[in-house]
Amino acid sequence: MGVPPPLKEWENRIMNKLYSRKIHIIVFLLPALILFCGVLIAPIGASGYFSLFDWNGLGEKTFLGFANYRELFTSDEIGFLKALGNSLLLAVFSVFLQLPLALGLALTLGKKIKGERLFLSVYFMPVLISTVVIGQLWLKIYNPDYGILNVFLRSIGLEKWTRIWLGTKQTALGAVFVPTLWQYVGYHMLLLYAGVKSVPPELREAAMLDGASDRQVNRYIVLPYIKPIIRISVIFAVTGSLKSFDLIYVLTNGGPLHATEVPSTLMINMLFLRNRYGMGSTIAVMLIILCFGFALLISAIFREED
Amino acid sequence: MRNSSKLSRVLIYIGLIFWMFINLFPVYWMFTFSLKNNAEIFGDNVIGLPKHWLWSNYTSALGTGNMPKYFLNSAIVATATIIITLAVALMATFALTRLIWKRRKTLNKFFMLGLTIPIHASIVPVYVTLSKLNMLNTYWALIIPYSAFSLAMAILVCTGFMNEIPRELDESACIDGCSVWGIFLRIIVPLMKPAVATVGIYTFLQCWNELMFANIFISESALRTLPVGVQALSGQYTTNWGPIGAALVLATFPTLLLYIFLSRKIQESFMAGAIKG
Repeated sequence: MGVPPPLKEWENRIMNKLYSRKIHIIVFLLPALILFCGVLIAPIGASGYFSLFDWNGLGEKTFLGFANYRELFTSDEIGFLKALGNSLLLAVFSVFLQLPLALGLALTLGKKIKGERLFLSVYFMPVLISTVVIGQLWLKIYNPDYGILNVFLRSIGLEKWTRIWLGTKQTALGAVFVPTLWQYVGYHMLLLYAGVKSVPPELREAAMLDGASDRQVNRYIVLPYIKPIIRISVIFAVTGSLKSFDLIYVLTNGGPLHATEVPSTLMINMLFLRNRYGMGSTIAVMLIILCFGFALLISAIFREED
Repeated sequence: MRNSSKLSRVLIYIGLIFWMFINLFPVYWMFTFSLKNNAEIFGDNVIGLPKHWLWSNYTSALGTGNMPKYFLNSAIVATATIIITLAVALMATFALTRLIWKRRKTLNKFFMLGLTIPIHASIVPVYVTLSKLNMLNTYWALIIPYSAFSLAMAILVCTGFMNEIPRELDESACIDGCSVWGIFLRIIVPLMKPAVATVGIYTFLQCWNELMFANIFISESALRTLPVGVQALSGQYTTNWGPIGAALVLATFPTLLLYIFLSRKIQESFMAGAIKG
């Protein structure tokens, strides 16, 4: 602005020179690289390495090759496949129950309804509460003697429906899933709501002028538009289920009789109860592979659909 | 036609209010039973407001269970993590968006891997390293891993904001004789306030609620953070619900207070961490 072209060029050149100095690049990047590689990247390699050994964390390591992996998938005593099955079941519920609910809320709130902000803020609130608090709260809700669930059932005369929800093999898994799904509906809703809000109003209006109903607008305008966000939500729902730990740890820690075991609880038990660091690392590696694998698979499925 | 649309509106509101109730009820219940005695909680008055507001539950939660200590620990860990994350991320973002070199884009993608890497990847190696360095049961045992795992999101958010700052500002500062550090600290960083707020809030919430690392890397009671502390506390006082309720409320209070004042900003920070992941 007001600067004659040759001067401008000269300015540019000085700045480019200043900004190309190697020393600056290294100094500015180094802390991030050290932190990132030291805590995230190198440990992936280290976990992979540990997974090939029998190791109690302190003494000598004994090289096993892939024996840990073989044992993980075949041993009934460890029950990894059962744990994986549980977390995949959670993923199924998450994708087919939690996400549709979140999408429904997002679509409803997205069309300028009265009290939109209030609803949105309340629905998102559980996401912010610590999972330990939520877990403790639900422990009390499920308490067989005094928990509000059984108290409620008794008060409406359904005495025979009362259960020891978290202590019975048949109900524990379901009882653990409910708060897990409940807590994160708001998170998915928020992502999807942001997507719904980003649909250009002209598109919506044009469709309305053509006589499209609400349902048709959602089906043919909004959903295709927010597909990338739906994809992210599905990826988060699935990888989140695979990684799930906090609530299950607080509610049952995998019990009763491994009924609610998931890979993460199994991993923690291997490490800190049985001191099997090699096997714990094997589970960690499987989780990393599964998370990346599912993320790629889901992306591929969404691309296929286009 | 009009009637049916009116009916559907009513149904929509009933549904929305019902879901609001499902979300609020556990929290309401937590607040009320934190102020009741066992007799009320266990029979007389299960879901109503407390008849006698038993504030002593709060004093016993604060007095017996190390709660103030847990609070302080969580606050120290969260604050240090936020400062380190921001400093490191701002510097890295400066190099990734301003400085001129070849593999900028590739390195940015490399950092973005951090959005997908599960924390499980780090547990064994980081635990082993920390124990070798005698750093288990220190604040650093949490601050360093938390900062590392917050980094990807922080860089993602900072990149968005830093790209918006016009390069002319750098140029004129450069002509005025500013060094690279001068440009970074006096021109760029002060303009990054919105990004700093977004990253700060998001990082705070992540640290405040994190359980897995906190549970494993800290075993000494005096150094526990709130989630682990509350968990331990509830294990000790299984029959006396009032003080546990009070502890749960105390642990939740800071986040809810923050949420009441900054709901929009908090929601934005969660969206920023997810969209374009």
